Amino acid sequence: MPRKEDLPHLTGTARFVGDVELPGMLHARIVRSPLAHARISSIGTGEALAQPGVAAVLTADDLPPATPPIPTRMFSQPGLERFLQQPLARDTVRYSGEPVAVVVAASRYVAEDAAELVELELEPLEPVLAVERALEPEAPVLHEEAGTNVAGSFVVEHGDIDAAFAAAALVVEERLAVQRHAAVPLEPRGLVANLDESGVVTVLGAAKIPHVNRRILAQLLGWPEARVRLVELHVGGGFGARGEFYPEDFLVPYCAVRLGRPVSWIEDRAEHLRACNHSREQVHELALALDGNGRFLGLRDRLLNDSGAYVRTHGLVVPGMGAALLPGPYRWPAYRCEVSHVVTCKTPAGTYRSPGRYEANFARERLIDVAAHRLGLDPVELRRRNLVPPTGMPYASGTNTDGHPVVYDSGDYPLLLEKACRRFDWDGLRRWRHERPGDGRRRGLGLAFFVEKSGIARWEYARVELSGSGAATVYSGSASMGQGVETVLAQVCADALGVAFEDVTVVHGDTASIPDGMGAFGSRAATLGGSAVHLAAESLRTRVREQGAPAPGETLSADARFESEDMTFPYGVHVAAVEVDVETGRVDIHRYGVAYDVGRALNPTLVEGQIVGGVAQGVGGALLEELVYDERGQLLSASFVDYLLPTAVEVPPVDVLITEDAPTPRNPLGAKGAGEGGAAAAGAAVANAVADALGVEVTRLPLSPERVVALAGGRT
Amino acid sequence: MTLRRVSVELNGRLVEATVEPRLLLSDFIRHDAGLTGTHVGCEHGVCGACTVQLDGAPVRSCLLFAVQANGRSIRTVESLAAANGDLHPLQQAFHESHALQCGFCTPGFLMTLEAVFRETDVTALADREIRELLAGHLCRCTGYQNIVRAVRLAGERMRA
Repeated sequence: MPRKEDLPHLTGTARFVGDVELPGMLHARIVRSPLAHARISSIGTGEALAQPGVAAVLTADDLPPATPPIPTRMFSQPGLERFLQQPLARDTVRYSGEPVAVVVAASRYVAEDAAELVELELEPLEPVLAVERALEPEAPVLHEEAGTNVAGSFVVEHGDIDAAFAAAALVVEERLAVQRHAAVPLEPRGLVANLDESGVVTVLGAAKIPHVNRRILAQLLGWPEARVRLVELHVGGGFGARGEFYPEDFLVPYCAVRLGRPVSWIEDRAEHLRACNHSREQVHELALALDGNGRFLGLRDRLLNDSGAYVRTHGLVVPGMGAALLPGPYRWPAYRCEVSHVVTCKTPAGTYRSPGRYEANFARERLIDVAAHRLGLDPVELRRRNLVPPTGMPYASGTNTDGHPVVYDSGDYPLLLEKACRRFDWDGLRRWRHERPGDGRRRGLGLAFFVEKSGIARWEYARVELSGSGAATVYSGSASMGQGVETVLAQVCADALGVAFEDVTVVHGDTASIPDGMGAFGSRAATLGGSAVHLAAESLRTRVREQGAPAPGETLSADARFESEDMTFPYGVHVAAVEVDVETGRVDIHRYGVAYDVGRALNPTLVEGQIVGGVAQGVGGALLEELVYDERGQLLSASFVDYLLPTAVEVPPVDVLITEDAPTPRNPLGAKGAGEGGAAAAGAAVANAVADALGVEVTRLPLSPERVVALAGGRT
Repeated sequence: MTLRRVSVELNGRLVEATVEPRLLLSDFIRHDAGLTGTHVGCEHGVCGACTVQLDGAPVRSCLLFAVQANGRSIRTVESLAAANGDLHPLQQAFHESHALQCGFCTPGFLMTLEAVFRETDVTALADREIRELLAGHLCRCTGYQNIVRAVRLAGERMRA
């Protein structure tokens, strides 16, 4: 069924935030620190302010002194508040790109010119760039009042880890690292804010979590929520990064309120790469204990998560999700993960599609292959021996997220492994691997198994209206990043209400017309958003059955709040077959397969689209994408010339197997989220395949050409 | 700054404006002419979202100044569908193949492909060659697989 969303995009009539023009609209440009760590001596705004067309130049001194820093919205802990970011830096800048002033002018061109004239006098401090350096006792402390560079720490554990390692026949240990990279949606961020006569500030360009951000903006402005309205327009991709509350999400509405004029801010790409959340930079010091039969006895990790200069809205959720799901689909008699969330003088980091799990899956699945190599066992067989059996479901993994126990809801892991090996012809690929291509290239196979999670933040709201003409309207607290949420929610409504799909309209993303909502993140829109629509539509259907259909001109409506204490846990297998040119370092993906059990696939076409798109991002992270800093803390990969997104040539054709073996009992649709599994194990599968090809243990991503050449030459 | 007069034929309509010489063609199309289907994704010529046709050839409008288009003809995504609303076969194939998600990159892909289709029978191309055709455009949502499908579907229909 073709999507409801497509027509305006195909004809060029979609309305993104950069398309908004309001009468009298001004344009904002953010002035950013050129240094990675410095004391601010002074900021001279006079010359910029004197330029024709410049309406205002604001620094931290111009903001209300009581403006609080941007709060965390999830996975907080006492002490994190010392690491939060102010909308504009006051005394110290802690990353290159940190906002220090905002210029508002008649056009974007004038604003950019004037921003160049803001005079920053900075007293340089040592940039602390590596997590290891930040942890050294004599390292400069970024947030002096905190007295430490460790913003937060916690331990997730069960069983007797020391006894497990003491009893082991084999222990394998590696230091496994994932590089800093980022979500990079194709539409840069942007906002247009406007204060109306009734004293309400409206912000166009909201995404992901409009209601949550309304709450945060109201808090920062010191206003009641009723005077803040957020509106989502078309959104050009999110992937975790877009839609979080950033400094600009306060600055732009604040300028509009202060100047009494509409203010537009449209990020440019160079700015986006320095300003929007980075992600994924982690080190795992991982150790695996096995008995003589290849049974897993214990898994121990010291997880260092690079937070960048501040703790942003996600709090500790990235390493938290990593520690919760690092055990994956296996039984572990003992497990211990010690997490440190460390600040460095780089752009703050947050979530990116499969946050924490992309990294954890890479670390665990890589180390399992290392263990298989040591044992002389087939890596698939080693995994098979240790999978949680279907009879063990529901399965308490022994971990938790933010204190909430992780209990896998349903699944048949051995069955999926078998289906994946058959569908992707693992035996045939093994024969292919042993053929000699004759051109000096080496072939390798990699497989990675993972458990995802979906439906974080445990409720969603929906209202369904039925008009006398038979048309239905869904009002959902969910949000669209382009993933097809309108189509899926319309399908769910049509099924439950008994109306035609074509007769359903979906409204979302306006805090004025939808009383509350949690938005779209963590693969929750279809599962929680869909379940709320399902409940509202069922309740409306019951009313129609009892009271009769609405007469012409009338409407009937019902609303619902779907709550689920627990997340759902989809699971999957990635298979990669690669050819590696050891002369050039080029990795060609010969075959790529993803088998993913999503419980119930509400729209298989969209599920497949999510998986293939996720693979593209995951493969980008495995082979190409890296945010590289120099020793002074300047971002070197600050444009698309240096930050390499995969094109159609680098992304392989992806064979997708969607299975529905294990519907979740945790929502009425049986659906588990499908948004993140395509990315989740791509780094792991590609790394395992390249390691297999080279006969060298890969311990960090990305497998860029120079790194592959070095690995092939025996250097790590 | 000296202002310059620019006159272009934009989707068959004459558009005239007085602009700064530094005004990007992408900004001229979007903000002076009000055609916002042309998207700006990087402003340095890599992502391809701003692709339009200049005298029939696909170009990146963020790498040209408006004054460079003076006296020339430009086509944007808004011109693809017929006046009665019927979609161009490429648009229809993108729709049926689920070749777009957020849609931000879509106009750029369409404008490059429409020009390619006038000269090339894509049905004769291998998937690998179709992927090379697409490699000047970034898409962050689809993984390109369904765009390849859409190209093939549109090619088959347009040949028939």
